[in-house]
Amino acid sequence: MHHRYDVLVVGAGGAGLMAALYASKNKNVSVAVLSKLYPTRSHTGAAQGGVGAALGNVSEDHWEWHMFDTVKGGDYLTDQDAAEIFAKDIIEAVYELEHMGLPFSRLPNGKIAQRKFGGHTKEFGKAAVERACYAVDRTGHMILQTLYQQSVKAGVTFFNEYQVLDLIIEDGVCRGVVAYELATGEVHTYHAKAVIIATGGYGRAFKVTSNALSLTGDLMSIYYRKGLPLEDMEFYQFHPTGIAKMGILITEGARGEGGILRNDSGERFMERYAPTIKDLAPRDMVSRAIYMEIREGRGLGKDKDYVNLDLTHLPREIIEGRLPDITDFARTYLGVDPVTAPIPIQPTAHYAMGGIPTSIDGEALLDESGQTVRGLYAAGEVACVSLHGANRLGTNSLGDLIVFGRRAGVAAAKYAAGAEYAPLPVRADAAARAEIERLKSGSGGENAAKIRKELQETMMDNVSVFRTEETMSRQVEILKELKERYTRVSVQDTGMKYNTELMEAMELGYLLDVSEAMTYSALNRKESRGAHAREDYPDRDDEGWLKHTMAFRDLAAPGKVNIRYKPVVLGRFEPKPRVY
Amino acid sequence: MQVTLKIHRFNPEKDQKPYWAEYQVEAEPGDRVLDLLNHVKWYLDPTLTYRRSCAHGVCGSDAMLINGRNRLACKVLIKDLGNKITVEPIRGLKVEKDLLVDMDPFFDAYKAVLPFFINDDPVPAGERLQSVEDRERFDQGTKCILCAACTTSCPIFWVNGRYLGPAAIVQAHRFIFDSRDKGTDQRLKVLNQNTGVWRCRTAYNCTEACPREIPVTQLIEEVKRAVLYQQV
Repeated sequence: MHHRYDVLVVGAGGAGLMAALYASKNKNVSVAVLSKLYPTRSHTGAAQGGVGAALGNVSEDHWEWHMFDTVKGGDYLTDQDAAEIFAKDIIEAVYELEHMGLPFSRLPNGKIAQRKFGGHTKEFGKAAVERACYAVDRTGHMILQTLYQQSVKAGVTFFNEYQVLDLIIEDGVCRGVVAYELATGEVHTYHAKAVIIATGGYGRAFKVTSNALSLTGDLMSIYYRKGLPLEDMEFYQFHPTGIAKMGILITEGARGEGGILRNDSGERFMERYAPTIKDLAPRDMVSRAIYMEIREGRGLGKDKDYVNLDLTHLPREIIEGRLPDITDFARTYLGVDPVTAPIPIQPTAHYAMGGIPTSIDGEALLDESGQTVRGLYAAGEVACVSLHGANRLGTNSLGDLIVFGRRAGVAAAKYAAGAEYAPLPVRADAAARAEIERLKSGSGGENAAKIRKELQETMMDNVSVFRTEETMSRQVEILKELKERYTRVSVQDTGMKYNTELMEAMELGYLLDVSEAMTYSALNRKESRGAHAREDYPDRDDEGWLKHTMAFRDLAAPGKVNIRYKPVVLGRFEPKPRVY
Repeated sequence: MQVTLKIHRFNPEKDQKPYWAEYQVEAEPGDRVLDLLNHVKWYLDPTLTYRRSCAHGVCGSDAMLINGRNRLACKVLIKDLGNKITVEPIRGLKVEKDLLVDMDPFFDAYKAVLPFFINDDPVPAGERLQSVEDRERFDQGTKCILCAACTTSCPIFWVNGRYLGPAAIVQAHRFIFDSRDKGTDQRLKVLNQNTGVWRCRTAYNCTEACPREIPVTQLIEEVKRAVLYQQV
């Protein structure tokens, strides 16, 4: 089937819905949203702790402080033009969400409540500050629900449970997408003037992750397969406090409310690693500290492989009142009541700082020169604007998708209003159909689930919190082998209706490709910065590496990845050693 | 532990009628039912079809009937069920394939109650103020993840699919009792129709089914009182 919309949004999480709402405000364009889930299932809904904005409702705060924290938190790889726009715009954007009805928690004076979070400081690093605006510990859920509610009010057109299989790009111009309707197995072609990609991250490349099963890097991979670049893929954040072995997230808000990390002897070990802000240090530093404790034999449990998050000194009203969902998680999944016992936690794969490179208006970049793919935009976790640099601060993901989702929506609608439909190539859906046919008719007998399990386990072993030349070179070889096996995957369900086996096989293909981009990018960067910690190059090297990685698949030489570079946009904050 | 998983199967492209299939799965007591379904799909029978996403009870994808009760497969642990587990699709919505049902009627009911903030007054420079107590008044309804466990456990909904159902009424409640919202009259009109709150017979199934522990029946009663007295 054939469809036509001026602006097409792929993905219905926070960034996609924000983009769709803002594109819809432009009455000269038609807008539709495609999502592989129902919109309310998007992973924005799993975000817990808050959205950072310098409202100053609890104590004095300024956007400059927020900008500084973001740049320093990103280990100076953050583009400072993006950080400045972000820290200013998020204030107004949070008020706007409140005006849309978002039920923030409140202070006694009726204003939006704010609490502390990792890496949020006053006066450029002097002490922790209350900057995270929160709605209990369901802030992402409330943002997702509110934006979906507003989309219903605005009459936005949705195509639910459609998997995008291809981007149609010819001569540097995006012309639409090819999508697979899960309910019927039908392949649809969407002709569009502008496409906005907002499909989130790819945490499922790792064994232990906070990410939904649906987060498999689909559109990042489709972009990369066309020979287009992925930026800063080596920077992948591990959140310090996932429930041990399961990865279910315990919000940083728990530490914001006073929670303390303790090792096997009950020691508050963060005092040794970040003496100023201790347990509220940024995530990359806390995750490394936990690994160091475990490695030095101070972990807990029979394998001594986790540490404790201790809330037991906090009043029951704080735990149950401000952190009800994570209290429920601990009780449900561990049988642990956080009021009386500590929660076993370990770092868990959480957030991709890298992704599809974009301008500050969300335009997708063709290369390191700043040239764009006309008509193509990206926002949210799938994109790299680069706000988060080498490490994202807690609460800045929700802020990112609101601020840059909005900018992408506005820019795409403006572009579409002044553009003509670029002609579609003949049989635009041929490649997607061929891939479906290959998987359905394959007789190679390889099982997608087994390959995926090996991918997740080896990525966890070789390319996670700590990395070396040796582990990553090993992973390069493993990925080659897994990709070779993937060509022999065959699905057993050959039906049309809700063929979820076929979808999972497709998703494995995407995971393999984003893992390739991540591993090559990481192997190439010979320094440690933010979430990229190399044991063989433990220091940050601004001389050699204060630059963004742009990884291109070499379409002429299978298996080869070409790395190029893009300068970091510097500005008001000079790179300095990163201590807390 | 060895678990026997009995799953309701139906593929309309192949099967004349639904049937039961049994799978033996090795499980840890702390595993979720979703882990077992994934194990079956990934290693025993990849044609098994169901929805899932977040895997920790916040996205609402995997509501299903587990040992006779509506629950989220990712939020119920094997140790709380024993070693014989029966899984069926939620009731009252058309089964599309195995455990996967057509969610469109559910979301249509949701949309019918005007599930969005209504207040056309000029916006202030900052936030609209709201007291802690006024915020608390509608907190329960904001937990809803639209999983449909409540609506598809309701005997009235099974009999009359046009009944808006508990989930839609919870969504209406969330706005009716929000001190900032001004759409109460429009919403109460919808809920006073014969597809609205008066269909509720207070069976409490919805409250028992809610995986987020929302006191659904109580919220429905509050909406009934609001319709009756035209005040909140």
